[in-house]
Amino acid sequence: MQALILIATIIIMITVKEIENLANLARIKLEEGEKQGLTKEIDSILTYLDQIKKATVNIDFSPKPGAVFNAFREDTVIVTSTEDRERILNEAPDREKDFIAVKKIIEQDIDL
Amino acid sequence: MIDIKNLTIKNAHEDMKSGKYSAVDLANAYIKVVNEKNKEINAYLEVFADIIEQAKEADKRFKDGTATILTGIPFAIKDNILIKGRIATAASKILDNYHATYDATVINKLKKEGVVFIGRTNMDEFAMGGSTENSAFGITKNPFDTSRVAGGSSGGSAAAMAMNGALSALGSDTGGSIRQPASFCGLVGLKPTYGRVSRYGVMAMGSSLDQIGPFAKTVTDAEIIYNVIKGQDIKDSTTINDNTYSIKKISKKPVIGVPRHFLGGDGIKKDVLDNFNESLEKFKKLDYEVIDIALPNIAYSLPAYYVIMPAEVSSNLSRFDSVRFGLHKDGKDGIDDYFLTRGAGFGREARRRILLGTYVLSSGYYDAYYNRANAVRRIITEDFVKAFEKVDIIMTPTAPAPAFKIGEKISDPVAMYLEDIFTVTANLTGMPAMSIPSGVSKVEGKDLPLGLQMTARHGEERVLFSVGKEFLGE
Repeated sequence: MQALILIATIIIMITVKEIENLANLARIKLEEGEKQGLTKEIDSILTYLDQIKKATVNIDFSPKPGAVFNAFREDTVIVTSTEDRERILNEAPDREKDFIAVKKIIEQDIDL
Repeated sequence: MIDIKNLTIKNAHEDMKSGKYSAVDLANAYIKVVNEKNKEINAYLEVFADIIEQAKEADKRFKDGTATILTGIPFAIKDNILIKGRIATAASKILDNYHATYDATVINKLKKEGVVFIGRTNMDEFAMGGSTENSAFGITKNPFDTSRVAGGSSGGSAAAMAMNGALSALGSDTGGSIRQPASFCGLVGLKPTYGRVSRYGVMAMGSSLDQIGPFAKTVTDAEIIYNVIKGQDIKDSTTINDNTYSIKKISKKPVIGVPRHFLGGDGIKKDVLDNFNESLEKFKKLDYEVIDIALPNIAYSLPAYYVIMPAEVSSNLSRFDSVRFGLHKDGKDGIDDYFLTRGAGFGREARRRILLGTYVLSSGYYDAYYNRANAVRRIITEDFVKAFEKVDIIMTPTAPAPAFKIGEKISDPVAMYLEDIFTVTANLTGMPAMSIPSGVSKVEGKDLPLGLQMTARHGEERVLFSVGKEFLGE
């Protein structure tokens, strides 16, 4: 019995490769040295989270009216003051005049 | 000399109104303490340079008769709540030197009252943690014992008050981040009903869980702040109005329910349990009826929370793209900038939770984790609603132990998460909960504060206030 549990634990273990994949999806560059540690930590957290699989959940999931409603409002244009616009633009790491500057994303110039 | 140690909002207001001292005098008294103590405690990340100017404005209002209960009251603000023109970092390197471009709704409301902002307080990065050790700008120490943590994530706000460096403070609470540090620092801390206080202008962590709330020395003070900051807001579509939840008429004294079956775990310290039982005895002496209740699924709260919260974190923190605001690390192209910036800007716990959230939301695991956790959240809420048919208020300790040592839990994320065992339920259910000081635990010759947590039905903060006041003799 104990051996069986051990095998089951090994099977659900998360791998360094999976961590690399998650970091790729989350757009985070990980340091080589932290991957092993992160794998171990996330694995221990997932083992803890697996408890929720034991909960008996047999409830009706069809939508029913709750107490809280979404609140709609008109999508109106609000004119931002020059001062506020400056504040926002100044927070951008790079700006050119009244635009936020980014790197070119088209790889080749197209001759028109 | 102003006795700021024993000062409350109510007293300070009366004193300023009667001219016993001015808002400038009061501000100076707090500045003096902050200058003496902040270097060691590290409660404030920044002490504002214009405190006296703010206080002078407050004094004008006392002169022209427009002063309100909060005019001139010194406030500490958690660094994830935006004050226009001031730096707001959420204790993250990715927002180092970011200036808020607008006021949070709660700040707008406090400005209208003419409060005095003392500074912005330290926290766990993006409010992720239970000790304020995850700040990119140093650890906040507990003023009751500087070898211990102040709690978290709103540890800076709690420590600022406990060192007498502010008369009141705002924090945010996603899984206990106001109540647990309040408990560690001997304060009152309130997490209002979800939707009661606008989240507009607070940096989102777990949007279905986050609420802003007050730290105060007394329940009366917490109620005063709550009444100012609450209210429906067109800028936060999840805010509720006074009629959203029907309020149950309580004929006599509120009945107290205790989920005794949930208090027997190994993790809960004997001192905490003894103190909790003493508190219940005190309520019985005050003629309250105390009964045992069952919350059959409460043990699943913490794992369900640690699925839902990281899922929301991974979505909310995707906005840090190195283009519009915040840190920018330059790589070979746009996508490389993105990877490098997020790699350099997010600390250990933030990346841990982003990756965990990405995992539980990814296609192979979505049903097993995220959907299941949401189903569990619903059955837990139903358990509470059912329990509230018999009782009016549910009590547990706020945290399983008093403040722990700095560094004690930092290398074991699950041990740190267990800190939230009693607090996360209120965020999952959306119900209001408050921690009040209930005594001390003597550890290594120091008196460490303990907290009693009270949870009420949706929309029934007033029950928390009335019971809390009676307990503390206010």
